[in-house]
Amino acid sequence: MSANTPERAVEASNISKIYGSGNTEVKAMVNVSFTISKGEVVGLLGPSGSGKSTLLTAIGLINPPTSGQIRIGKDLVTDGPSAMADVRKFRRKHIGYVFQKANLIPFLTALENVQIALEINDVHHKEARKRAIALFEYLGIEERKDNLPHQLSGGQQQRVAVARSLANKPGLILADEPTAALDSFRGRQVMELFQKVAHEQGAGVLVVTHDHRSLDVFDRTFEMEDGTLKLKI
Amino acid sequence: MNLAIRDIRHSLPRFLLTAVGIGMLLMIVMGMSGIYRGLIEDALLLVDKIGADLWIVQHNTRGPFAEISRIPLKMEDRLRAVPGVRSARAFVSHTIQRERIGKPLRIVVQGLSWPEDKGEWIPMTDGRCLGAAHFEMIADKSLGFRPGEKIPLGKDIYTVVGLTRGMVGQGGDGIAFFTVRDAVAIQFDNSGEAVRLERDARRSRAVRQDIGNTHPELLNRAALPDIPALAGPMASAVIVQTGQGADIDKVAETISGWKDVSVHTAGNQRNFLLDGSVDKARRQIGLFRALLVIISAIIMSLILYTLTLDKIHDIAMLKLIGARNSVILGLIIQQAIILGGLGYILAFYSGKWIFPHFPRRVIVTGNDLVWLAVIVLAISVLSSLLGIWKAMSVQPNEVL
Ligand SMILES: Nc1ncnc2c1ncn2[C@@H]1O[C@H](COP(=O)(O)OP(=O)(O)O)[C@@H](O)[C@H]1O
Ligand SMILES: [Mg+2]
Repeated sequence: MSANTPERAVEASNISKIYGSGNTEVKAMVNVSFTISKGEVVGLLGPSGSGKSTLLTAIGLINPPTSGQIRIGKDLVTDGPSAMADVRKFRRKHIGYVFQKANLIPFLTALENVQIALEINDVHHKEARKRAIALFEYLGIEERKDNLPHQLSGGQQQRVAVARSLANKPGLILADEPTAALDSFRGRQVMELFQKVAHEQGAGVLVVTHDHRSLDVFDRTFEMEDGTLKLKI
Repeated sequence: MNLAIRDIRHSLPRFLLTAVGIGMLLMIVMGMSGIYRGLIEDALLLVDKIGADLWIVQHNTRGPFAEISRIPLKMEDRLRAVPGVRSARAFVSHTIQRERIGKPLRIVVQGLSWPEDKGEWIPMTDGRCLGAAHFEMIADKSLGFRPGEKIPLGKDIYTVVGLTRGMVGQGGDGIAFFTVRDAVAIQFDNSGEAVRLERDARRSRAVRQDIGNTHPELLNRAALPDIPALAGPMASAVIVQTGQGADIDKVAETISGWKDVSVHTAGNQRNFLLDGSVDKARRQIGLFRALLVIISAIIMSLILYTLTLDKIHDIAMLKLIGARNSVILGLIIQQAIILGGLGYILAFYSGKWIFPHFPRRVIVTGNDLVWLAVIVLAISVLSSLLGIWKAMSVQPNEVL
């Protein structure tokens, strides 16, 4: 593959999602198509209820679309409502997630929260610890590695969550309003982390955000409205 | 990385408190089987310790453990004449209730056929066997007597010459051993007034009845202490030990030819006890124990279910980042087993400490301990099923 045709991180073709049926039917996502390349960080904007989370969970193999196809890396992972066989295995190997809340496991230390992501992917205990420490150093949070989540600030927790999403070197990182609970300074820091990860680790990163002050970190920006996707830049 | 242990460490006080609760519950289960076992052992104690091969009892009765059995003391001599019989001893046993320091004290009065039986077979912790035909006793520690203490029973005073431990009757009351004569005297102790009234009554009965007129001498005899003077003293049974090489069945067959007695083997006596007088109590406790096991299982289920519910968000998150079901199953089952195991250990040690203070014997055998461990393991695994079901049904997107 040559330098000017970048590798695909994710590609969605005509994906739609309909919740419920009859009177309660909600068309949350309608015929959405896009591609994100590895090494690219893409912002996803749009008003509340426009279908951003629906899009993210669909390509994240958490909540399959009603129709359409999704390819991640080289694999066709969903074809309409039917997903590939071992979704969980695919998730742990190829996708990293960050949400509004860090969702760290409260009884594990910061470092162990990252380590567990590696260990469930069959990385040996010692090796997992080494890699987790390296990630903490990379993200500049090594001094908090032995703290429990409740001993960390929101921003620190979110960085640990970013570290966890990176643990298995996924090709695709999905973040749903990761800075919504942070002040603008710390929000900015986290956003810059995603930029750094995309550019330095070569992952495709899709970040849902409301924060217009951080738009400059994105290589491209999508906007959603009533379930349809518009490319902004 | 072991998630189960890390979670436990994180909420240690709560987990320990839960383990203590389960431990107490298991201790009760353990205690129940100990009480069950104790009941049986107490009931069989005398039959087993006395070492009789055959029990000769009143004709057509099941013997003194099952019902009232009266047999003349002289039967001893008749039995000694049977070929193959090494020893024949009268068995006299009855329970009396007296007061000691303001509290009721129940004593099983057990007669030993002095001088053949001085109580050498009784496992004693202190003192000696009976050394005289009268006024000595060997008492169980549970009765609270001290060696050398003088105990008034009936019209006589008995000296405690020996002590036993754990020698109790069917009802769990301590046994005191006397010579047969003393035992009978204690049993048929009447007050002077009662004896006097009875003599008067005899006299008036004799006057009213024909026999009083045809045998005038009877009126004079009525004043004597032991009328009807022709009746000899009675025992509850006579126990027979056969000689070495003698065929127990053959001896039994010979004796059962006699029309005035029935013969039972020691095994028969055990069965009469187990299927008879202790049967209902045994079944009652057995059923109660089964109920307790079920209740423990339900309570443990609820505890493990709540433990899982508390972590359901974390479990969903683990699923979201791609953890296998085995990781989640391991977390729940390991905690269940740790909880069960810890509870079991707590139950064991608290039982060891508490059970000896129970009024009746609580016997926890090694066998029962193994069984209980198996049951606890089974309960732990079974009761985690509810939590596992919950954990398996949670969707990763419930994190969001
Ligand atoms: N599980 C669901 N069941 C029914 N409707 C849903 C569900 N999830 C989302 N929706 C609806 O789909 C639409 C898009 O929601 P969502 O993707 O969460 O939007 P956003 O993340 O942009 O706020 C909304 O109208 C929402 O009410
Ligand atoms: Mg949303």
